[in-house]
Amino acid sequence: MLQQTKSAEFQSSAVTKPGNQWRRTSKVLQYVIFPGTIILLWQIFSVIGFVRRNVFPPPTEVLSVWYDLITGATDIAGRYSGTWLDHAWASTWRVFAGFSWGVALGIFVGLLIGLSKVMERVLDPTIQVFRNIPVTAWVPLSLIFFGIGNAPAVFMIGLGAFFPAAINTTHGVRQINITLYKAAKMMGANDQELLSRVILPAALPSILTGVRLSMGIAWVLVVVAEILAVRSGLGYLLNDAYLFYRNDVVIAAMLSIGLLGFLSDRLVVIVRDIVLTWNEKETFGGEH
Amino acid sequence: MGSISITSVTKRFQAGDSAVTALDDVNVTVQEKEFVTLVGASGCGKSTLLNLIAGFEMPTVGQIVVDGQSVKGPGPDRGVVFQQTALFPWLSVEDNIAFGLSLRANRGKGDRQHVVERMLQRTGLSAFRNRRPAELSGGMRQRAAIASVLAINPSILLMDEPFGALDSLTRSLMQDFLLEIWEEQRKTVVLVTHDIDEAIYLADKAVVMTAHPGRIREVIEINLPRPRRYEMRSESAFIKLRDHVTAFVRTEAMKGTTPPTRPSTEERESMEHVVH
Repeated sequence: MLQQTKSAEFQSSAVTKPGNQWRRTSKVLQYVIFPGTIILLWQIFSVIGFVRRNVFPPPTEVLSVWYDLITGATDIAGRYSGTWLDHAWASTWRVFAGFSWGVALGIFVGLLIGLSKVMERVLDPTIQVFRNIPVTAWVPLSLIFFGIGNAPAVFMIGLGAFFPAAINTTHGVRQINITLYKAAKMMGANDQELLSRVILPAALPSILTGVRLSMGIAWVLVVVAEILAVRSGLGYLLNDAYLFYRNDVVIAAMLSIGLLGFLSDRLVVIVRDIVLTWNEKETFGGEH
Repeated sequence: MGSISITSVTKRFQAGDSAVTALDDVNVTVQEKEFVTLVGASGCGKSTLLNLIAGFEMPTVGQIVVDGQSVKGPGPDRGVVFQQTALFPWLSVEDNIAFGLSLRANRGKGDRQHVVERMLQRTGLSAFRNRRPAELSGGMRQRAAIASVLAINPSILLMDEPFGALDSLTRSLMQDFLLEIWEEQRKTVVLVTHDIDEAIYLADKAVVMTAHPGRIREVIEINLPRPRRYEMRSESAFIKLRDHVTAFVRTEAMKGTTPPTRPSTEERESMEHVVH
């Protein structure tokens, strides 16, 4: 183990040597080659005129309309010019509002089910049935109960975020190494100490996996909710632009959602990596 | 402090419709500061007996008394060293050793920093204090686990095949390390093993167990001089004891290969079991 760490350090210092310029370039290439090819093919495809330009605009046009969406400088985006920030903020806010309550409740319920056989019998069957109802099937009822606005959106996003958090927390608690639990108990840990110092940290990798899935689902549902239940947000922008036949705006909105979803996911991953420095040492996460 | 008396203890496990008798009418007395090993083929109930003393399980019949008190559950007076090292993977070696003393139940049991310092030094882990368990070798890990148990200063040390997962060289070094600690601190030790050499080398008293159901076959006083040295293993007194114990354990192990296999008690344990 010791030896390995040393040789790894040696290797990483070797990478920064000027002689290995090519290695670094090739690494950058590995990142760029796939998206680069897609964009290039897309551009060629649209410019050739295979499909009509306003049906499938090339990346250059999407970029310039995106620029106008954000800044409002060129007015290419017409009625949507300069509205991007408001829409993006509306979506992000809804995602985090729904995500927060869904994940918090999910972790709490997951702990209950994982720790107590009684709670498992009381709660788990219901959760397993409701888990199989797609959150999109909740659209009619949420609209009836909450009306048009933020409430049904935040409700549906939270509902979607709840299940992965709850199920992964339960799983995390159940797979805790029994020896650790026994050892803490033997040393005299009380219930509160067992929970905060053994069960929660041991279940954390699994809990955070659930949280990450929840974040992904939240971004899916915000679009659904904004198409159907609210008059703001990137999902609304996307749907409205579709109705007005502005496919360049549609694609810009799509990419915006992808980008914000990606950034939110990175946020979860960063938090995870800060909290779970210990976990990677025992898993297949290294260099290949 | 540290005497154990086990009186007519029987332990049955429910396995579906039938009950498996893991221990049948077991009687053992362990004196204060005595080093006792439980040895036998797998399935003889030696780990079950250790679990009963630790308080992780309750006897079906009979009683276990530690220092005049009937055992009701696990407690810091009986430190357990598990075969699968019980170190928290998210804590450094240092924090693992400090864990027990940081619990509310052990407040006022001594200056934490001081104890940790001493344990690190004693186990030779000072240079590795900031490492996580996954970054240690098997022997170092088991030393850290022993240190974390010794830190709460139990009067009894219960060890369940503590060196079972180690290679034979590391194992013999660990045995000498354990004896050194024991000579220093003179705790009562009950150590479970299937390694006959280990059972004789360490013990004042080796308890030989037989399987199906688990019974005590013989209690052998090991009168080899202390401190023990590695070379003693090739002396005639040691060899005689070894032949004696081997005869019992081998015939048992051979018998054990014929009946249908039963689920081991350790395997049937689960999280749900303990957390009700």
